[in-house]
Amino acid sequence: MASSLRRIGKLELFASRFESSTSNSSSGGTWLRGLSTTTINEERLIPHSQETGNKPINLFSAINQALHIALETDSRAYVFGEDVGFGGVFRCTSGLSDRFGKQRVFNTPLCEQGIVGFAIGLAAMGNRAIAEIQFADYIFPAFDQIVNEAAKFRYRSGNQFNCGGLTIRAPYGAVGHGGHYHSQSPEAFFCHVPGIKVVIPRSPREAKGLLLSSIRDPNPVVFFEPKWLYRLAVEEVPENDYMLPLSEAEVIREGSDITLVGWGAQLSVMEQACVEAEKDGISCELIDLKTLLPWDKETIESSVNKTGRLLVSHEAPITGGFGAEISASIIERCFLRLEAPVARVCGLDTPFPLVFEPFYLPTKNKILDAIKYTVNY
Amino acid sequence: MAIWFSRSRKIAHFLKPKIAPSEFLYKICSNYANSSSFRTLGGENCRNPQVFSDYSTTILAFRRRWWRPESTRAGEQVETPYSDDDYEDENQALDFPGGRVTFTPEMKFISEASDKRIPCYRVLGDDGHPISGSRYEQVDKETAVKMYKSMVILQIMDNIFYEAQRQGRISFYLTSLGEEAINIATAAALTLDDVILPQYREPGILLWRGFTLQEFANQCFGNNADYGKGRQMPIHYGSNKHNFFTISSPIATQLPQAAGVAYSLKMDKKEACVVAFTGDGGTSEGDFHAGLNFAAVLEAPVLFICRNNGWAISTPTSEQFRSDGVVVKGQAYGIRSIRVDGNDALAVYSTIRAAREMVIREQKPILVEALSYRVGHHSTSDDSTKYRPINEIEYWKTARNPLARFQKWVHKNGWWTDDDESELRGSIRKQLLTAIQVAEKTEKPPLAEMFSDVYSHLPSNLHEQEKSLRETIKRHRQDYPTDVPV
Ligand SMILES: Cc1ncc(C[n+]2csc(CCOP(=O)(O)OP(=O)(O)O)c2C)c(N)n1
Ligand SMILES: [Mg+2]
Repeated sequence: MASSLRRIGKLELFASRFESSTSNSSSGGTWLRGLSTTTINEERLIPHSQETGNKPINLFSAINQALHIALETDSRAYVFGEDVGFGGVFRCTSGLSDRFGKQRVFNTPLCEQGIVGFAIGLAAMGNRAIAEIQFADYIFPAFDQIVNEAAKFRYRSGNQFNCGGLTIRAPYGAVGHGGHYHSQSPEAFFCHVPGIKVVIPRSPREAKGLLLSSIRDPNPVVFFEPKWLYRLAVEEVPENDYMLPLSEAEVIREGSDITLVGWGAQLSVMEQACVEAEKDGISCELIDLKTLLPWDKETIESSVNKTGRLLVSHEAPITGGFGAEISASIIERCFLRLEAPVARVCGLDTPFPLVFEPFYLPTKNKILDAIKYTVNY
Repeated sequence: MAIWFSRSRKIAHFLKPKIAPSEFLYKICSNYANSSSFRTLGGENCRNPQVFSDYSTTILAFRRRWWRPESTRAGEQVETPYSDDDYEDENQALDFPGGRVTFTPEMKFISEASDKRIPCYRVLGDDGHPISGSRYEQVDKETAVKMYKSMVILQIMDNIFYEAQRQGRISFYLTSLGEEAINIATAAALTLDDVILPQYREPGILLWRGFTLQEFANQCFGNNADYGKGRQMPIHYGSNKHNFFTISSPIATQLPQAAGVAYSLKMDKKEACVVAFTGDGGTSEGDFHAGLNFAAVLEAPVLFICRNNGWAISTPTSEQFRSDGVVVKGQAYGIRSIRVDGNDALAVYSTIRAAREMVIREQKPILVEALSYRVGHHSTSDDSTKYRPINEIEYWKTARNPLARFQKWVHKNGWWTDDDESELRGSIRKQLLTAIQVAEKTEKPPLAEMFSDVYSHLPSNLHEQEKSLRETIKRHRQDYPTDVPV
């Protein structure tokens, strides 16, 4: 079967293959627009390809499919960004300009503030502006447009204007050899900004459904794509047009001893830790938050009320990371139920380093140690 | 108006013996009505008003015109940029902040483009002979040979490191192939006191300044001898000793910084300038605008050099800007500018020498657009045949090759032979292979270097994280690379 979510860096240490320990299924037919979460919750991180007959594809192809569908289903949708015309440096936009023309899919000048400002204007006129920032590390020139403009467009005008059709896609996260400027996870900056949504998918199927929801959501969305998984994550993805709900977390592995919360590529590492912990008799519940802003506190809360323990993990530096927000909120809500301090296993408080990347990252064993520590507290 | 410049005594003295073929002179045209600030330094009158009439130009608002400098002298009343038939009434003018603006009854829009593109200053023809009438800085044998050799070394280094990346020995590489002349001729025209703020395709400057092949290799391998302590991707060189700021991947961020660095040189009255590089793509960033504008307004001695190599990854310049390239942007910021054939080492050398002198003497920025071509893929992550025709690459690699052209010239002068060439290539190749082997064998920086330099002193959170990481490593040694001393 297709075991897919694996990371192989130049360091073999990371190479690990993991398969869902429980086989599960959901019929292809359920992957429709407006799908209920209950059905989604039954999905496993790694589906079995035989069960739905959909073609296994990787994450960049899933993004590409979503963009095809977005452009196909809405003649007022546009896709643009640096080097998008020839397919993008990660191939996410291949074939789009041939198919939909250079007026709808195009290269922009090398200017992130221009890309986002332009996209806001386009969206303000009732279009779906799907802007690509080549790397999340390069989103900062556009920070002002996102924070002061996109996020406040609706509010400051008393809802006379909005740029809800705006979606900003950007590859984020570690990739094994990206160093300072091709590895960062800047999601926390954006989670501090009321008015935008922040979405991060964990797998091809999730990426397609969440991206379509983000594009069609009536609010500006920053959509971070785990670049390490662009090629490495392969799973079957329904070919049809489907959306997955925003602001709904998903329990992707049920357990009773501890709740683990993460998003994006980090979930694959966390899943490995869960599998290992199980060998030691620790039952972990793993939750994919998916939408970081506004986030689904209830799903986490009810899980922690069940397990009594929480661990959050992300690649971004621990200080001021989104894990801190989750931790604080859950302590507020579940204080009496908690049996141990909330654990955070995150990136360190240094710039993302090239040679030291394996030391910097929140690895499986760091998570496993934290699981054991928390459970035995 | 056209104004003649004279050089300061010192500069004139320095230049005289090297002028070729006649005198090296230049003039500046400006269409600003109020150009008194452009007049000669210290109120001196211009001397030696000979002319570069063939490539002294100014962009007029409505039409380009070639100045006939014979008709003007410093301090003379000179023509306004408007042609004679343009109506304007000197008495009917607006005293507007920034200078008087005359009125015109005609509603005329300034054209978005001139009918003729700004020409490109060139010295060496394709045959390696100076084109007739060309004026350039004399380059002595020693400098010329060092320039040629450096271009060859840069090219071999690029080819070998590129191969090393292909073999998986380094994680990334990016060549300067096709842009060797800009790299080396610029470096040769500067002094070591000039501060470089690079983009990333200018390693030739470091090479010229004495950064060794071993030092390049150490950075690419991120070993313990890398000055950047293995923290950044390959090719992100930096060397304080060589006045070369550390390369940062985010595009154009160095440009406003350049204005600040230059302002400091100015305040310290240094006989040096800042040389800030950008690509054609980089000129689209807001920071390009900020950098040029700051340098102009604060009169900071920055020499901005745009390597217009036709491409920004897959984006051609036609999708980057609709101006006549980059050179024309200077004037909009009040910055003198020139376009030069970036594949002509002599032209680049002469341009940078002249520009540098002006920048330092007048304490003002200059913008140089060097036309070239990115012969290699953008980087080892790119396959440029996906978006540009192979024959275009081939053409620039062969017919427009900057090394070949310069080589013909040094050959012709009897300064370089085929034997010299093969000996150089053989020895450099050997040195590079050794450098790679040494760099590869050298340990990575120790783990403590992950935590140092985040701040000047290790704060408590990092102290704690380092301690906890070391405990984790003890428990899970197999998770961590063995070439990093812990
Ligand atoms: C702010 C920012 N946006 C995007 C990138 C990704 N990127 C790296 S190089 C490059 C193209 C630069 O082109 P140009 O300035 O022409 O330089 P060249 O590579 O041609 O030398 C892009 C888009 C980046 N490094 N920084
Ligand atoms: Mg370029």
